[in-house]
Amino acid sequence: MQKCVIELKNIEKRFGPVVANDGINLQINRGEILCLLGENGSGKTTLMNMLSGIYQPDGGEIYADGKPVAIRSPKDAFDLNIGMIHQHYHLVDVFTAAQNIVLLDEDGKMDMSAVNSRVSEICSKYGFDIDPKMKVYDMSVSQKQTVEIVKILYRGAEILILDEPTAVLTPQETDKLFAVLRNMKKDNKAIILITHKLAEVMDVSDKVAILRKGKYVGTVITRESDPQKLTDMMVGRTVSLNINRPEYQNPQDKLIVEGLTCLNYEGVKKLDNVSFTAKTGEILGVAGIAGSGQKELLESITGLYPVKAGSVRFINEDKSETELVGKTPGEIRKIGVGMGFVPEDRLGMGLVGSMGMTNNMMLRSWRKGKGIFFNRKNPEKLARKIWDDLEVVTPSTTFPVRRMSGGNIQKVLVGREIASNPPVLLTAYAVRGLDINTSYAIYNLLTDQKMKGAAVMYIGEELDVLLELCDRILVLCGGKVSGIVDARNTTKEEIGFMMTSVGGIKGGDRK
Amino acid sequence: MNALILLLGAAGAYGTALMFGTLGEVLTEKSGNMNLGVEGIMYMGGIFGLIVPNVYEMAVGTGNANPFVAIMLAVISSFAVGAFAGALFSFITVTLRANQNVTGLAMATFGTGVAKFVGELRRLKVGGYVTLSNELKFAFDNHFMPQFLKDIPVIGRILFNQSEFFYLAIILAIAMHFFLTKTKTGLYLRAVGESPVTADAAGINITKYKYLATIVGGGISAVGGMVYTMTTAGCVWIEASLSGTGWLAVALVIFCTWRPLNSMWASILFGALMIMYLRIVIPFFPTELYKILPYAVTIVVLVITSTRNIKDKQPPASLGLNYFREER
Amino acid sequence: MNTNLKMPLIRLAKRDSLKPSVVWAIRIASVVLALLLGMIPIIMAGKNPFVSYGIMIEGALSKPGYIRQTVKRAIPLLGTALAIAPCFKMKFWNIGAEGQITFGAIISSAIAIYLGKSLPSFPLLVLMAVAGAIGGGIWAFIPGYFKAKYNTNETLFTLMMNYIAIGIVRWLQGGPWEGRKGTQMIPMFPDAARLPNVLGIYCGWIIILVLVVIIHVYMNFTKHGYEVAVIGDSENTARYAGMNVGWIMMRTMFLSGAICGIVGWMLVSGANGTLNSDVAGGVGFTAITVAWLSQLNSFAMVVIAAMLAVIGKGSATLQTKLSVPASVADIISGVLLFCMLGCEFFINYKIILRGKSDKEVQ
Repeated sequence: MQKCVIELKNIEKRFGPVVANDGINLQINRGEILCLLGENGSGKTTLMNMLSGIYQPDGGEIYADGKPVAIRSPKDAFDLNIGMIHQHYHLVDVFTAAQNIVLLDEDGKMDMSAVNSRVSEICSKYGFDIDPKMKVYDMSVSQKQTVEIVKILYRGAEILILDEPTAVLTPQETDKLFAVLRNMKKDNKAIILITHKLAEVMDVSDKVAILRKGKYVGTVITRESDPQKLTDMMVGRTVSLNINRPEYQNPQDKLIVEGLTCLNYEGVKKLDNVSFTAKTGEILGVAGIAGSGQKELLESITGLYPVKAGSVRFINEDKSETELVGKTPGEIRKIGVGMGFVPEDRLGMGLVGSMGMTNNMMLRSWRKGKGIFFNRKNPEKLARKIWDDLEVVTPSTTFPVRRMSGGNIQKVLVGREIASNPPVLLTAYAVRGLDINTSYAIYNLLTDQKMKGAAVMYIGEELDVLLELCDRILVLCGGKVSGIVDARNTTKEEIGFMMTSVGGIKGGDRK
Repeated sequence: MNALILLLGAAGAYGTALMFGTLGEVLTEKSGNMNLGVEGIMYMGGIFGLIVPNVYEMAVGTGNANPFVAIMLAVISSFAVGAFAGALFSFITVTLRANQNVTGLAMATFGTGVAKFVGELRRLKVGGYVTLSNELKFAFDNHFMPQFLKDIPVIGRILFNQSEFFYLAIILAIAMHFFLTKTKTGLYLRAVGESPVTADAAGINITKYKYLATIVGGGISAVGGMVYTMTTAGCVWIEASLSGTGWLAVALVIFCTWRPLNSMWASILFGALMIMYLRIVIPFFPTELYKILPYAVTIVVLVITSTRNIKDKQPPASLGLNYFREER
Repeated sequence: MNTNLKMPLIRLAKRDSLKPSVVWAIRIASVVLALLLGMIPIIMAGKNPFVSYGIMIEGALSKPGYIRQTVKRAIPLLGTALAIAPCFKMKFWNIGAEGQITFGAIISSAIAIYLGKSLPSFPLLVLMAVAGAIGGGIWAFIPGYFKAKYNTNETLFTLMMNYIAIGIVRWLQGGPWEGRKGTQMIPMFPDAARLPNVLGIYCGWIIILVLVVIIHVYMNFTKHGYEVAVIGDSENTARYAGMNVGWIMMRTMFLSGAICGIVGWMLVSGANGTLNSDVAGGVGFTAITVAWLSQLNSFAMVVIAAMLAVIGKGSATLQTKLSVPASVADIISGVLLFCMLGCEFFINYKIILRGKSDKEVQ
């Protein structure tokens, strides 16, 4: 039996003008755990989706056991014994674990006792702990994940791809999962783990393949590497972007966040005792791995996310403080606290996709206007101003924003949010998916706001940008504040460490 | 007590028609398709199930007709017309992706229109009521169980003094329960209705399952219309009398929490509530209001299951939603 | 590597936009197709379809008297479609218009029955209208409340509410409000409770035409209309903009029910002069298709409601003249709805056959 089961050669994938993967080479071996490491947007998931039949590559070859193959559908992937566990589980809530598992079974008969015994057999072999008769809706996240893994093992997967499996797990559950993965490795299965947590990489993997911005950086043997080296490969050399960063004189406290704690609907802590102060005339960057609580942080400040504990205080012009926790977005607006918010989900939260620019401007001003009528004149003026000033490409101010390109959509959103010069401006991934020019245009807009005295928060994913655009950087790790650093006196590596472990790796561990 | 037994015994007839209507819609909704056209489908089943045996009897001559053939013709023709309606519904909602609620309502209009039109044409043709000979009428409403079974106290009247369709419906309910819970195909079908994304990822052909469930479901519902005309209505076409039965079947689906086995007792209960005003008088409670009880209890069930969020009793999760792979 | 190797034979892609002329051509073609299919039952009845269509149009529109009857059919249909529009814009599937009309009619009738002899006509009619609106509004508010609070399935809830309202009328008809014992009928209202005629039709048509404009303005120029549109697109965006989604949902349902209640009032006070269990007579359901096919545009609703009214009135004439059963109206309406529902697919999607270049997908 050949050791190498799957080989990727020169894989390329584009989405429109965006190159998601470019020249990727990868060898996947039996009896080995391979970690796919990279920052958000580095193309890890895209690459693996090509192995599991969801996307087709635009260039390059895939070899299975040395023969070239085309994987056109999830079924093709199954036939090659490739199984992927996505971040969003594909489970039927009202079915039992066993019923979910048997959905993938091609055999026409349904002999539940045979299924149950085979499931138990798989469980005992690898050390899983699930009750085949338990309904999915009664399960915890980690139990659901277990069902997903057992499901593809039941189907006979030899190559398992797990997309950030630990993102939703507690440390104990993570340990359990890794134990299982090691058992599978002993059973000569090939395992690919998508992650960006260095500690886990060091803990469980045999090899690490690193991607950066869609490009293949290299593969190293974990034993022969260390976190420092991996971080360097992952974030790359510091690139100078020449983003203009003027200094604002005499910054004042504007937003004081203390002990902010939030739980999601499943009771998992998304924010854990977060405290910081945002000041006028500064851009406070927020760095962190995807899902470290960035979204929850901004949404809880703006009243959109339920807060379990803590306070968010807005400092008014007259130095009095206004508590924002416990207020709805409407109430916050009504008492005159001005906050601009550019959410991550542009069309699902920040804009109304089916409406044109003018009507979207009204999202912030529809309450103004006489009596029961809204006023469309001022929004129309604003729309035209943004259309001109930000060079939005659209045929008219009534053209549905859903049909504009990503960059133009973002210009409309950012343009609206800064139009009223809000004292606090919160932005999440403001330049995601945008081309260089549009990105710079957005940076300039944010800096203008800062120089007008706004407290700007910038959640970003590219460290280079955070380093040059922001004044201070708050690093989140697993919902906790890992640290707040001065952007002018820090390095990419320092932030990288803080992102992967609370407080960063202490001085002694650093080489 | 005696009155109650008599009531339940009598409720069996109307309950049988409801049971078919409900079982068909349960099957349809399990695939995630909400076909609100049951009213129209049962209407069409009601008229075609009568006309085809009627034509047959007139063709071979009264007295020469074979009762078994007549019954088979009634079942097959009503099933066929319901299946056609199900196919039409699927074509418009699954293939052409139109809104299910609106299509279902259009189906209700269309079906009642077709039934009334065809019934009227036939009435003009035969020059009077469209009906069958007494011999065939008896065959359709044949309480064939032996007398000693009917004589068993309490349950005898309820369980054994019923037409053949009652037992067919019971068998169908049990078979459907078995199909949905114990077979692979049934499991696939439920997966389609609960989570099309999951089913799609597992390689299940969503379109095929939605079409088949809706076609067979439409057919079964239509048989319910036929049963109504041929038993409760005494093999005579009176267009207004079937009115509301299809909507009651839609209510029953909710009341049964989408489970075929529940439909066995729930249909009889609803049937009893609908005819109770004829037999039982509760002081201070107007008899006409009995008829709204089925709908009221259905609302109570709907509210309780949603406020308590009882997962097992919810509608299929994708009910009423169309699935487009490219938009997931 | 050739990824086109096993492309499916037919693929679908969303169209960006079609020229309005093409869109209208498709829509008109669907109506023509429906009319062609509608000939089938007429031929089955042994009549000439062209002659029959001619009679239908004649019977609906050729004389002022006919037109009045056609308009009378269109009034409740149009009014109810207008009522449903805000709900549907919000993606709240209110299919309980039938019950909301009926319950509005009940409350309105109660005023006519208990106060009809003691109040002068104008205040009485106003009171009836308000009562009808409140009745219909409450009937819609109940499912709206449960949807907002517990996410109870509104389609099924509103559907059930229809039959409860109708059942209540049945009870009133044979019980407390029954006229002569055993008739199962409520006596005609006193004249003071009857809507006056204008141009030979009860004046409800004026109210409805005003309502067309009001709803158009409400949906397109008011804060409420804006809120409803935002919620319909994305509840998250609505919350982001500071809207109270649950409250708006309940308010919109109340409003929708209230308009249905007004339709109910006009039916008892204008069209029928009394209340019976068939007061809504399926209008609530047909109106849903009218609203949907007009894509919630008030003015388009006028056209579609008029079309269905012409078919309805025309086939009544067809029955008297050629003894084609009047239920042909339901068949033609049904087929028309199917065709118009289906044709939107060809407007929204483009069908790509295998072998054509991918560029077309863009």
